Amino acid sequence: MADKKADLIIIGGGPAGLAAAASARKEGLQDILILERDTRLGGILNQCIHNGFGLHTFKEELTGPEYAARFIKQIEDEKIPYMLDTMVVDISSSEDGIKTVTAMNPDEGLFTIDARAVILAMGCRERPRGALNIPGFRPSGIYSAGTAQYYVNIEGRMPGKRVVILGSGDIGLIMARRMTYEGAKVLCVAELQPYSGGLKRNIVQCLDDFDIPLLLSHTVVDIKGKKRVEGVTIAEVDENRKPIPGTEVYYECDTLLLSCGLIPENELSGKLGVRMNPVTNGAFVNESLETSVPGVFACGNVLHVHDLVDYVSGEASLAGKNAADYIRGEQLSDGEVINIKTENGVRYSVPSVVRSGHMPDTLTVRFRVGNEYRDTNLAVYLDDEKLMKLPKRVMAPGEMEQIILVKSKVMDILSRSDRSEHEVVIRVED
Amino acid sequence: METRELTCIRCPIGCHITVELENGEVRSVSGNSCPRGEEYASNEVTHPMRTVTSLVRLKNGKRPVVSVKTKSDVPKEKMMDVVKALKEIELTAPVKIGDIAAENVADTGVDVIVTSNDD
Ligand SMILES: Cc1cc2nc3c(=O)[nH]c(=O)nc-3n(C[C@H](O)[C@H](O)[C@H](O)COP(=O)(O)OP(=O)(O)OC[C@H]3O[C@@H](n4cnc5c(N)ncnc54)[C@H](O)[C@@H]3O)c2cc1C
Ligand code: SF4
Repeated sequence: MADKKADLIIIGGGPAGLAAAASARKEGLQDILILERDTRLGGILNQCIHNGFGLHTFKEELTGPEYAARFIKQIEDEKIPYMLDTMVVDISSSEDGIKTVTAMNPDEGLFTIDARAVILAMGCRERPRGALNIPGFRPSGIYSAGTAQYYVNIEGRMPGKRVVILGSGDIGLIMARRMTYEGAKVLCVAELQPYSGGLKRNIVQCLDDFDIPLLLSHTVVDIKGKKRVEGVTIAEVDENRKPIPGTEVYYECDTLLLSCGLIPENELSGKLGVRMNPVTNGAFVNESLETSVPGVFACGNVLHVHDLVDYVSGEASLAGKNAADYIRGEQLSDGEVINIKTENGVRYSVPSVVRSGHMPDTLTVRFRVGNEYRDTNLAVYLDDEKLMKLPKRVMAPGEMEQIILVKSKVMDILSRSDRSEHEVVIRVED
Repeated sequence: METRELTCIRCPIGCHITVELENGEVRSVSGNSCPRGEEYASNEVTHPMRTVTSLVRLKNGKRPVVSVKTKSDVPKEKMMDVVKALKEIELTAPVKIGDIAAENVADTGVDVIVTSNDD
């Protein structure tokens, strides 16, 4: 027997967990519990003090903490229970469909909770230092950009004065501006790839505004300093990402920030036996955002890394609603199963499978491309019939794309199709 | 006729905007997906404006600093003046979202407001 029970457990109290909880409550679900390992709700938004959140949800440009506060207020107003300082360490699913969540906190130690459905909303973490392919001793003064962001924005202390940033992920770009504001000199941002990993807007407002150079196709080849970083050497790389001899430039600095992108935080999902997509490091989900384990849903950055918190909230609301439907025992027949195949530059899609019986009137499918494309088209087919061809001026790996599938149109094609296995194909085309 | 290509920074969608100028005056704005983009682009080619987000010190709070922002945009060239002025400010907890941290910061005519709660 578990120590506690809840109809729905939500793991993670970031924007995804909060929106999922609010939406499940709106559907009438009473017995909800949010588990959050931090000392407050809000997730990564608490340290994202820059603005640009929520324009699409609230028609107002908010900072991260302000956006989070609006959702936290909904949780408080609705009196949805949550536990802070509580880390989930395991989830398992038994044959009768009950999920057992094991968690721990300073007050209660280790305890278990049985739930009928679980929503995974654990967010993501920064890619490890692997990107820094330099053998030998590591002096102090090397931080991941997110750690530096936490030091500066939450603890109010500066990691250093002269800074080089490796990797052009959004946190690195945002930190270039933050550290400049705080009086540091940011010398450059070096990016191994020939394109930026972050949003264009962040290049404009965090680098260009302060004349900080972005060195594409460059990497750090050497770090000087025994105890503390004294400087780094940066070289250009060729098309195989190998440093080109003779292009080395030395930068004197005391700090190196690494901003090499984010990956979903999915150790728990793996343990549960959820089928994982190797491209996103998130779970494979169907149109209801349900994973391969029935009654376990995923949303937000744990599913795939989002740039726009508005999309996280939207996706999470859907997960919350679907979890409530699942708990109510809504019986729908699956209808036709349509696999979504991505090819020719499109790397993955969320969802990856659609059951027509569960499909809403319009279904948003989100994905990323694997390269920078200019003046191409995004083409979508269902069973070889063209659904749409959208002209695209620019598509880049740093920016999520989306298409909307209209149920009536999909059903119309399915009724004419004589294929036994249905397939939506999303691809880049000239 | 002069054309300028811009990336809208008002939201993470980052629309690619084209502005056509004649004698320094905006003739047309295209490529934006919402009215904010048009406003951004017209300003950007004539008098660029930015919201400044930063921190001020906090006494007696759970954390030693609290996040703030300019209530509306300030001229881009005044950004660093605003940031400098904020370094002189210390608030005392409790503080909540919307509290005024500084009035007319760096003579921009814009107030600075608190953006997180610390009670
Ligand atoms: C640096 C940066 C800048 C961004 N800038 C913008 C922007 O300008 N505009 C915009 O719209 N979006 C922006 N985003 C995107 C947006 O902030 C994220 O997409 C969003 O916060 C993701 O929400 P989430 O709830 O999925 O994850 P998170 O916010 O990471 O929340 C996950 C929560 O789960 C908790 N958790 C994890 N594991 C466990 C466990 N085992 N047990 C208990 N709790 C757990 C974590 O502590 C955390 O609180 C930015 C993101 C980053 C990283
Ligand atoms: S034009 Fe509108 S939608 Fe496009 S980036 Fe600007 S604010 Fe966002």
